[in-house]
Amino acid sequence: MSEASDIAPPRVEVGVLGWLKKNLFSPWYNALLTVASLAFVVFVLRAVLRWALFSARWEVVTTNLKVFLIGRYPASEAWRVIASLAIVAVLAGLTWAFRKAKDRPIRRWLVLAWIASFPVIGILLRGFGEDNPFMPRVSAEVWSGLLLTLVLAIVGIVASFPIGVLMALGRRSRLPVIKVLCTVYIETIRGVPLISVLFMSQLMLPLFLPPHIRLATVMRALIGITLFSSAYTAENVRGGLAAVPRGQYEAAQAVGLNKALMMILIVLPQALRNVIPAIVGQFTALFKDTTLVVIVGLLELLGIGKAVTGQKQFIGLHQEVYFFVAVLFFICCYLMSYGSRRLEKSLGVGER
Amino acid sequence: MFCRLAGRPDDPSGLPFPDSWKDCTVKRSGSETSKVPFWRDIRVLRAVAQFVFLMGVVALILWAISNYRQRGMIFSYSFLDEAASFDLAEGIEFEPTDTYARAFLVGVLNTIRVAVVGIVLATLLGLFTGIARLSGNWLLSKIAIVYIEIIRNTPLLVQLFFLYFAVILKLPRLSSAVVLPGPAFVSNRGIVAPWPRLAEAFRLWWPFLLLALAAAIVLIVIRRRTRARIGRPSIRGFWVLACLILIPLAGWFIVPGRPLRLDIPELIEKSGGVIKVEGGVTLSSEFTALLLGLVIYTGAYIAEVVRSGLQSVAKGQTEAARAQGFTNGQIMRLIVLPQALRVIIPPLISQYLNLTKNSSLAIAIGFLDLYAVSQTMLNQSGRVVEVFFMIMGSYLTISLSISLVMNIVNKRMQIVER
Repeated sequence: MSEASDIAPPRVEVGVLGWLKKNLFSPWYNALLTVASLAFVVFVLRAVLRWALFSARWEVVTTNLKVFLIGRYPASEAWRVIASLAIVAVLAGLTWAFRKAKDRPIRRWLVLAWIASFPVIGILLRGFGEDNPFMPRVSAEVWSGLLLTLVLAIVGIVASFPIGVLMALGRRSRLPVIKVLCTVYIETIRGVPLISVLFMSQLMLPLFLPPHIRLATVMRALIGITLFSSAYTAENVRGGLAAVPRGQYEAAQAVGLNKALMMILIVLPQALRNVIPAIVGQFTALFKDTTLVVIVGLLELLGIGKAVTGQKQFIGLHQEVYFFVAVLFFICCYLMSYGSRRLEKSLGVGER
Repeated sequence: MFCRLAGRPDDPSGLPFPDSWKDCTVKRSGSETSKVPFWRDIRVLRAVAQFVFLMGVVALILWAISNYRQRGMIFSYSFLDEAASFDLAEGIEFEPTDTYARAFLVGVLNTIRVAVVGIVLATLLGLFTGIARLSGNWLLSKIAIVYIEIIRNTPLLVQLFFLYFAVILKLPRLSSAVVLPGPAFVSNRGIVAPWPRLAEAFRLWWPFLLLALAAAIVLIVIRRRTRARIGRPSIRGFWVLACLILIPLAGWFIVPGRPLRLDIPELIEKSGGVIKVEGGVTLSSEFTALLLGLVIYTGAYIAEVVRSGLQSVAKGQTEAARAQGFTNGQIMRLIVLPQALRVIIPPLISQYLNLTKNSSLAIAIGFLDLYAVSQTMLNQSGRVVEVFFMIMGSYLTISLSISLVMNIVNKRMQIVER
């Protein structure tokens, strides 16, 4: 031990004072900056708290809580939404519990269960016939609120995934016709706003279908969202494909796999593992983008909020309602981006 | 000998293979050698696959068109020359007797206006926030993080609704408008602010502006030349700036009268107690809400782009520069920024494109951008497909123009390998 280390550090470099000095007041202009920022924070917090605690009329949110969550879904059938949520929760819990399990069969069953949960939930939400005593039909037209937001985002991302993978493969194809068509599709969709794609699916698509095919508004919005999202999925997957080293292709050929098997068994599993975080990010963006269906007249979370501000007894309470909607979105999106960061770490993307 | 069936061996790596492989033939029964049958020839198979795929796409399109025809629809742009018979309150002058084509032009110009102003302001906000995020000042960087996280994790449309319905429309009415120094009037009808307008004397003054510009360009060219020859510029950058400021200033005093006059808004009470504001420049409440929303939203994303760009510059670069005796400002300007910009510009381009595309949300708060005007055109004329192609075409053109300009900037910034 040298003597230098025995000397205590200067008083103002350690402890609370030292931290303050180092991080807030070190050169003189930093002190000014700190004071200005502090004044800003105090001003904003005071205004927000004063509004939230004293002048805001939160009863608009508390009375309409159910409306925000399931919208116009009949109250007597609300158990079906809860049951759907329970299925998802149980599956998610199981997946979390077995996330490190090396046991192949369990994982395979879980994947199958996830796939099976889609039609089950679909039937649960939609019901059977008009006058089925147990589960009467709840037409997609009345799905609204957070429920519709979730349906649009989840179906959008799941349906766009296979299309996106095919598009990505098509864009990397050596066949010029396929390559050009895929590229044109991807670049066109990525060059225009989502609202114009929704415009197409809402107003133009029905004109190009035979007269006897009539699609519900929700269905048309889903088609638009899927078409839009698949172009972005394609670009993400293409990034993942590009990251698979060439040696993997060569090795697959060397062991005699044909092209389809090489893609399915060797390349895609590695590529898709790389793009999981990007897909989660895309899902978060899509979740936020579903608010745009309010422009084509669907009542998802934001649309329900807009409808609530028109209620007679709560007219003009825009601040409370949109604040609440924003908070709901923030919680969901923040959790998702947090999860995505954790996932990125645990998957070790970019590491080998 | 190793021999593939035909053609170039089927591999995605695209490595060149010896030409002799192309002529490989397959030994068939006995001594007779024959070419590969066409149904197993990969070149034929490929052509057939592409043809079938193309035919499928064409058939789909034809089927769609026949359905469209069956509804008695015809595709024609003749409606563009007809009178629009609706009014547009925003943008260049427009009368209900003007044509649809002009209405669309109004929309396009409004979109470009909000996009250009938005891009400039969002870049400034993002730059400031990105630097604040990395600042050594704990409080400042925490404020920046909170702002970025809140904005990035809520939908833009919710923010726009909040800004428009819950903030701007809740401002006081025009009669009791908030008066900012200037004077600028802030009310629920938007912002009215003073604005310079050309006066009579501008005719004599603009040659001075031209002269200043020409002189500045000459100086810059000379600077470039000498820097290329002797390694440092012979004229200091200060003189370019002086040239740009001093010549117009001299002209201002030489020319009789003022070339520009400040148009100051006033509140005027009309008969019947109606209060109007005259003069100045008016930013409508819709434009203000959309612009603010886009700037705040995109600013948060640009801040993250700027942060990752600045962080991508190795710490050793700053340390080495400091060891050489560069000042902090010089380190930022000469060492860090040129390297960071290479990382920053490509994602910045996509943020600019996003801002432009997001301006289409204007319709939700009633700003008359290209999409909102198209929707009105559609309601009046019923021409769905025609209007749709006009929307797509306009957005694609705007997007491509932005990427073109930014790609040129990007090319100039990228590292020049020796």
